[in-house]
Amino acid sequence: MKFRLASSPHQHIRRDTGQVMRLVILAMIPGVLLQTWFFGWGTVIQIGLAIITAVVTEAAILELRKRDFERALKDYSAVLTAMLLAVSIPPFAPWWVIVIGTFFAIGIVKQLYGGLGFNVFNPAMAAYVMLLVSFPVQMTQWIPPVNLAQYSHNFMDALNAVFTGFSVEGFSLAQLKTGIDGVTMATPLDTVKTGLAQGFTYSETIERPIFDSVISGLGVASSWISLGYLLGGLYLLKQKVINWHIPLSMIAGLFICSLIMSLVDSDLYPSSLFHLFNGSIIIGAFFIATDPVSASTTNKGRIIFGAAIGVWVYLIREWGGYPDAVAFAVLIMNMAVPLIDYYTRPRTYGHSSSKRKSKDKAQS
Amino acid sequence: MNEFKELSWQGLWKNNPALVQLLGLCPLLAVTATVTNGLGLGLATTLVLIGSNTTVSIIRNWVPSEIRIPIFVMIIAAFVTIVQLLMNAYIFTLYQALGIFIPLIVTNCAIIGRAEAYASKNTVGKSAFDGLMMGLGFTLILVLLGAMRELLGYGTLFDGANLLLGDWATSLKITVFETDSPFLLAILPPGAFLCMGLLIALKNVLDSHMERLFAAKAEEKVVQRARVTTES
Repeated sequence: MKFRLASSPHQHIRRDTGQVMRLVILAMIPGVLLQTWFFGWGTVIQIGLAIITAVVTEAAILELRKRDFERALKDYSAVLTAMLLAVSIPPFAPWWVIVIGTFFAIGIVKQLYGGLGFNVFNPAMAAYVMLLVSFPVQMTQWIPPVNLAQYSHNFMDALNAVFTGFSVEGFSLAQLKTGIDGVTMATPLDTVKTGLAQGFTYSETIERPIFDSVISGLGVASSWISLGYLLGGLYLLKQKVINWHIPLSMIAGLFICSLIMSLVDSDLYPSSLFHLFNGSIIIGAFFIATDPVSASTTNKGRIIFGAAIGVWVYLIREWGGYPDAVAFAVLIMNMAVPLIDYYTRPRTYGHSSSKRKSKDKAQS
Repeated sequence: MNEFKELSWQGLWKNNPALVQLLGLCPLLAVTATVTNGLGLGLATTLVLIGSNTTVSIIRNWVPSEIRIPIFVMIIAAFVTIVQLLMNAYIFTLYQALGIFIPLIVTNCAIIGRAEAYASKNTVGKSAFDGLMMGLGFTLILVLLGAMRELLGYGTLFDGANLLLGDWATSLKITVFETDSPFLLAILPPGAFLCMGLLIALKNVLDSHMERLFAAKAEEKVVQRARVTTES
């Protein structure tokens, strides 16, 4: 028999921050690839711009704060924030939109609060909301998926469109936005929201070409992209980078709300499937709401945090002014995190729970 | 004279109503979308502050302390009305641009705060000077905040200065960069909060920097003194 001696520490941290961040970036790749497939090279260009801005901003501010910026840059958190923001904005948005957004995310939301680990709000989502509020025109110019667009575009077109607003052949963004039938196309969520406001029923609005013809209510591009991110999210779950609590409770929150309302009136309230696979629910549930810094830190708290995000998303999507709401919901719940954490502190080993204590008191 | 120097220092920097006392935030955040608006409201507030401080100081020995607050408020309201009518008469467009925030100067805590904390205990000259300095300190921050937000939001500076200063001021407008899509966050109140936070942070940085400088100087002096004693 052989005794293997190992010196302390016996408990290891399995991964450092950099490894976790790199795994999350790796898990984003299927979704990003699908997004590039459907919306062209614009996505990749935006990611590139965002990463450059994020790294430069982070390095500059850390230098100002007299911190070791090499170590901070190697943890890839700035890169991940940049990627999350870049995939959320329209692929052909002008270059300064993503530059301002990333600068805001890293400089204001993250570093001014004290850097990684101290930020109250999710940097990518705070920057997204800032951009959406500040530049409503640029932030809603989603081009139609490649198979529905009137004009095809290659890498050079995308590069030109991002920097000048026109493709190589001189098509303006407004022209690139038109679908096969020459009509400007909205995103699935926007299509349904406008359609319902105009008095159409839900089943009529999902007849439009942006929706899949086989499974009703799924957007042509958005459902595939969501599946891509779902794949990445499941990989993260398997690698134990994230816990199941937040994604599951967030999806459940939205699912239950939409199920109840669509059972009440299926003409006015879209189906659960529509809500889950359009917009940014899947990437939100697996990649955004699970941010270890700004999310709740207890297991019970995570369930409350996720479920409340799901409910908020539903409320804002149905009765709010914007078609999608993941960013708003995440920010609202970020504000509630200290409260949630306070009330869901787990029992310390060796101490009795507060419920037990009151029972003990009653007995004595 | 030293008292006046101290008052200026307090009003403009050390006890600045906007940056340190954080009083009068409502107009501060609401109207400072441009330099002109900030300057207009700042000057109006300064006038009211000087007037109310002087009057409160004159009558300070006859006001029963139980009902001093209502009396102060009535004095302030009278001066605000005067300023409002004057603005209505002479700078009408700016009067319209500032809208409800001119009558709301009455509720600016900085004014009643100065009346209560300083003017009701000090002589007329000092009180008037205190009002002037506090008002200038407030105006300074309004203008700075307005400049930050106008620059970020519209890419210009001193746009519409002619509303306040007359037609010659049209040429004051500086276009730093052209933009078709104004940066709405800077123009909306949240941007004012962000810029205000940055200004306060900047002031704290400067303060700690100065403190370090003075501390270093003080230390040097101690060293010199020590050497003198060893020599003797």
